[in-house]
Amino acid sequence: MHNPQLNKHGELQHLLTIDGLPRDVISAILDTAAPFTEVAEREVKKLPLLRGKSIFNLFFENSTRTRTTFEIAAKRLSADVVNLNVSTSSTAKGESLLDTVDNLCAMQADMFVVRHAASGAPFLIAQHLLATGRDHIHVVNAGDGRHAHPTQGLLDMYTIRHYKRDFTNLTVAIVGDVLHSRVARSQISALTTLGVPEVRVIGPKTLLPTEVERLGVRVCHDMREGLKDVDVVMMLRLQNERMNGALLPTPQEYYKIWGLTAEKLALAKPDAIVMHPGPMNRGVEIDSAVADGAQAVILPQVTFGIAVRMAVMSMLAGQQGSYK
Amino acid sequence: MMHNLDAEALCQALIEQMRPQVGPDTALVGIHTGGVWLAQRLVAALGLKQSPGSIDVSFYRDDFGSRGLHPQPKRTEIPFDVEGAHVIIVDDVLYTGRTTRAAINELFDFGRPGRVELAVLIDRGGRELPIAPKYCALTLPAPLPANQRLELEADAAGALTLRLIDA
Repeated sequence: MHNPQLNKHGELQHLLTIDGLPRDVISAILDTAAPFTEVAEREVKKLPLLRGKSIFNLFFENSTRTRTTFEIAAKRLSADVVNLNVSTSSTAKGESLLDTVDNLCAMQADMFVVRHAASGAPFLIAQHLLATGRDHIHVVNAGDGRHAHPTQGLLDMYTIRHYKRDFTNLTVAIVGDVLHSRVARSQISALTTLGVPEVRVIGPKTLLPTEVERLGVRVCHDMREGLKDVDVVMMLRLQNERMNGALLPTPQEYYKIWGLTAEKLALAKPDAIVMHPGPMNRGVEIDSAVADGAQAVILPQVTFGIAVRMAVMSMLAGQQGSYK
Repeated sequence: MMHNLDAEALCQALIEQMRPQVGPDTALVGIHTGGVWLAQRLVAALGLKQSPGSIDVSFYRDDFGSRGLHPQPKRTEIPFDVEGAHVIIVDDVLYTGRTTRAAINELFDFGRPGRVELAVLIDRGGRELPIAPKYCALTLPAPLPANQRLELEADAAGALTLRLIDA
């Protein structure tokens, strides 16, 4: 099947999802991100790669961290960045998604960074650009519905590789609200593609998708069993805003059973790292002592996220194949 | 005729050219990959106290728009304060001058050096920019044709050889 993210040379044309992305493409993104991490330490925190390119941050759903890190990444590459908070603009007046895109194309956009509450919206835009002969414009998915959040998944992989070096001997636990989490889907795809032998998902039955084990993960409904001897604990945010109906008792009860405390973390390997995509609900899915503790790498995740997004945008903007 | 260029002898000649011109505070920056090997050799031979920096110009190339990003770029590392420093950029082969231009641009993003010079093992001709080396062990009498590549190689023991490749 044709992968809509890759062009006919197998190079990244859009970044829509990690699902189906070849292992060597994922590795190439992580390898490319590494030298970008040191740019922040320079006197001039800028590289000239995307000079003269216009990048539109199209956020149909609220986000602070993702939008900001995409903006910083684009600016460190010298691109011109335009932020559109679409929920308060034309869409509210009735303009369709593709009309918005067409209008921005008429303003000579080179790249769209898209967040949308509907799964598949970035894919729809990519298809539309292809169908209208504008395949020089690139799309980066910054989170669509419950589907995918590929740059989050990639920055998580970068973080794991930074601390653990090798993926092929790790046990990784993903804890919490997997059902509503696009982050979890991207993490699971990336971890299994990179050869992590054991991925566990831990959470209450009501917050795990049915047949989640088909994704190649081991399901645990018990924190103590699930955290035993893991190398990496990836916490998920409890997504109150996406919940309809009574999936949960109360946040306090959730914390008692599923919240990550120092006592539960002690079951993992002594050098296990704790990750969280943010924003954190302290005292709900994670205890403050753990979030601020020595094993937490939550803030480095944010920093690495800039380098990973720089890598993705610069790989998209230039054709990579001519060097092969 | 030039298939057995003696890289070791050229390296020695370059060291002798540079010796009277460098001071204890001179800092070298090698361009990946050949220039980095060379800079390490020069620092040792010239007795410089500053360990050499290294530059990968992938993020500063002027052909990014047409050729894209070089796969697996290396880290640029400048282990000294560039502000006011005497810096010698070191490369193995000088050709169009575009790599040197990119390296100078990148260097300036770390600070404002006091003086920048260029040292190369071989000038193969074919310049497309107004760039000239201050130190150069060998200038080829006639420019190499564009379909030939001249590359510096290092073996496991660090011995340098030059190879001419028909691309």
